[in-house]
Amino acid sequence: MAVPSVAVQSRPSILSRLAESRNALGFGFMLPAAALLLVFLTYPLGLGVWLGFTDTRIGRPGIFIGVENYEYLWSDSVFWLSVFNTLLYTVSASILKFVLGLWLALILNEKLPFKSFFRAVVLLPWVVPTVLSAIAFWWIYDSQFSILSWALQQMGLIDHRINFLGDPTNARASVIAANVWRGIPFVAITLLAGLQTIPQSLYEAATLDGASRWQLFRYVTLPLLTPIIAITMTFSVLFTFTDFQLIYVLTRGGPVNATHLMATLSFQRGIAGGQLGEGAAIAVAMIPFLLAAILFSYFGLQRRRWQQGGGD
Amino acid sequence: MAAIKGVERLETDEGGMGYLQSLPRRVVTVYLPLLVFLIVLLFPFYWMTITAVKPNLEMTDYVNYNPFWVVHPTLEHIRYLLFETSYPGWLLNTIIISTAATFLSLAAAVLAAYAIERLRFSGARQVGLAVFLAYLVPPSILFIPLSVMVFNLGLYDTPFALILTYPTFLIPFCTWLLMGYFRSIPFELEECALIDGASRWQILTKIVLPLSVPGLISAGIFAFTLSWNEFIYALTFIQSSEKKTVPVGVLTELVRSDVYEWGALMAGALIGSLPVVVLYSFFVEHYVSSMTGAVKE
Repeated sequence: MAVPSVAVQSRPSILSRLAESRNALGFGFMLPAAALLLVFLTYPLGLGVWLGFTDTRIGRPGIFIGVENYEYLWSDSVFWLSVFNTLLYTVSASILKFVLGLWLALILNEKLPFKSFFRAVVLLPWVVPTVLSAIAFWWIYDSQFSILSWALQQMGLIDHRINFLGDPTNARASVIAANVWRGIPFVAITLLAGLQTIPQSLYEAATLDGASRWQLFRYVTLPLLTPIIAITMTFSVLFTFTDFQLIYVLTRGGPVNATHLMATLSFQRGIAGGQLGEGAAIAVAMIPFLLAAILFSYFGLQRRRWQQGGGD
Repeated sequence: MAAIKGVERLETDEGGMGYLQSLPRRVVTVYLPLLVFLIVLLFPFYWMTITAVKPNLEMTDYVNYNPFWVVHPTLEHIRYLLFETSYPGWLLNTIIISTAATFLSLAAAVLAAYAIERLRFSGARQVGLAVFLAYLVPPSILFIPLSVMVFNLGLYDTPFALILTYPTFLIPFCTWLLMGYFRSIPFELEECALIDGASRWQILTKIVLPLSVPGLISAGIFAFTLSWNEFIYALTFIQSSEKKTVPVGVLTELVRSDVYEWGALMAGALIGSLPVVVLYSFFVEHYVSSMTGAVKE
């Protein structure tokens, strides 16, 4: 394209010039994906923001009511409880996932027999549909026949059954535990991939300089792993923050809204309760948090390029 | 002591710094924690399986039967599930919807990834970033406006509602994964083909795609698994019992009043997990490497 056509060779037809133009071809190739994403992702995103400013209900188109939905939510204690729950759930589950996932990654990074087998098996909780594994947890947490209660009773650690999902504190701990269970494999396997890119020679050099095992971890492993930790944890935080399935299966937000997350509250008000406008407003209220997580990821990536000596 | 020395020497031969650790230390720092991790991560599956084949009598009688084992295994729950509920229909729906959504997304993603990565049209980088950002938009904030759209388009309670909305999270993911894959294909191959007079379409179908079969397989498996596991759209957009997908059907139709059919529920969860687990176990190496690759990009 940069070559100007010298002399007048028979000019190629419009069609063949189109077929060679990067921009026209690029447009054509992007079309299916762009169309699907614009119609079913970008447009609904805008529609959601709009719905948040209306009083739409199921079966009745709404009218613009300004920020009334948000005013209502501002004074709604259940909404604030759900915000608190979401933050608690995200922060505690993410920290646990990170610590345990990193630990598991470090273990799997050791020389082990059947390493690839372990790696494959460890991923199972992540592969299986969340709802189906959550149903298994529901049965594990059953108030009468919980296997955990039974096992702890047999060991003599407790004298009566634990009411896993009926008590607010227990219910919160239980859903967090189930979420951590499902999230560890993802964190562990991605961090393991990061660990494997760290050259052995660095450890050898540090050992020669007399570094202890903790110092090896603190001054070699951790700094080199930071970029991938940033990305992995951003994804993990994002998916934990917007979690819906686990709560919907285990508690549906109960007992007394103690485990309602913003996503489940949005579903309960918007779909089950028919107040589409209010549900959309709750969903929109999640966006600032998500943006914060995305910015975090962006700067994580930047830092990585910088560490690798890339200019861009 | 001699045995430990032997192990140490063996590990020295393998290189690395394993020789710095003694066997007892390795047991405490590596094998024991690994064992605990494995038990915790796998126990729910064991519990699912054992409950699925346990007669109701044993299931609720912890005094006479050890709950960790089953004395008289039964296929009654599975028979009930397969012949007295709509479960086979849900399985079929899930297969059809997941397959259709996967192929639709894969086709769109191949074209998009090739355009972004190799055609380098003006603005390709920005489009690539936009695709990545699209992946970060979670279904939890889209399901309400989408339900309005699905209803207005007359798609409510049809499989098309799911086939057309699943690509919203499948396309960004597959595109991102395939972009990384296409990047690894040498430019020279395409240049040769261009010199020989091949069109871009021919290059894509005859050179790039055959070379990226492993990438296509892993993107396909990922997409299939993601659609199989999807819940919130399926819960919101489908109402009739016989049109539901497995995760929604098991949760909303098998749980009746206060009498939980735990055996049937666990059997349903187990059978619903099997296809993705089997698929995954065949391609686990692809899966792991592309998962880590996609995150590393």
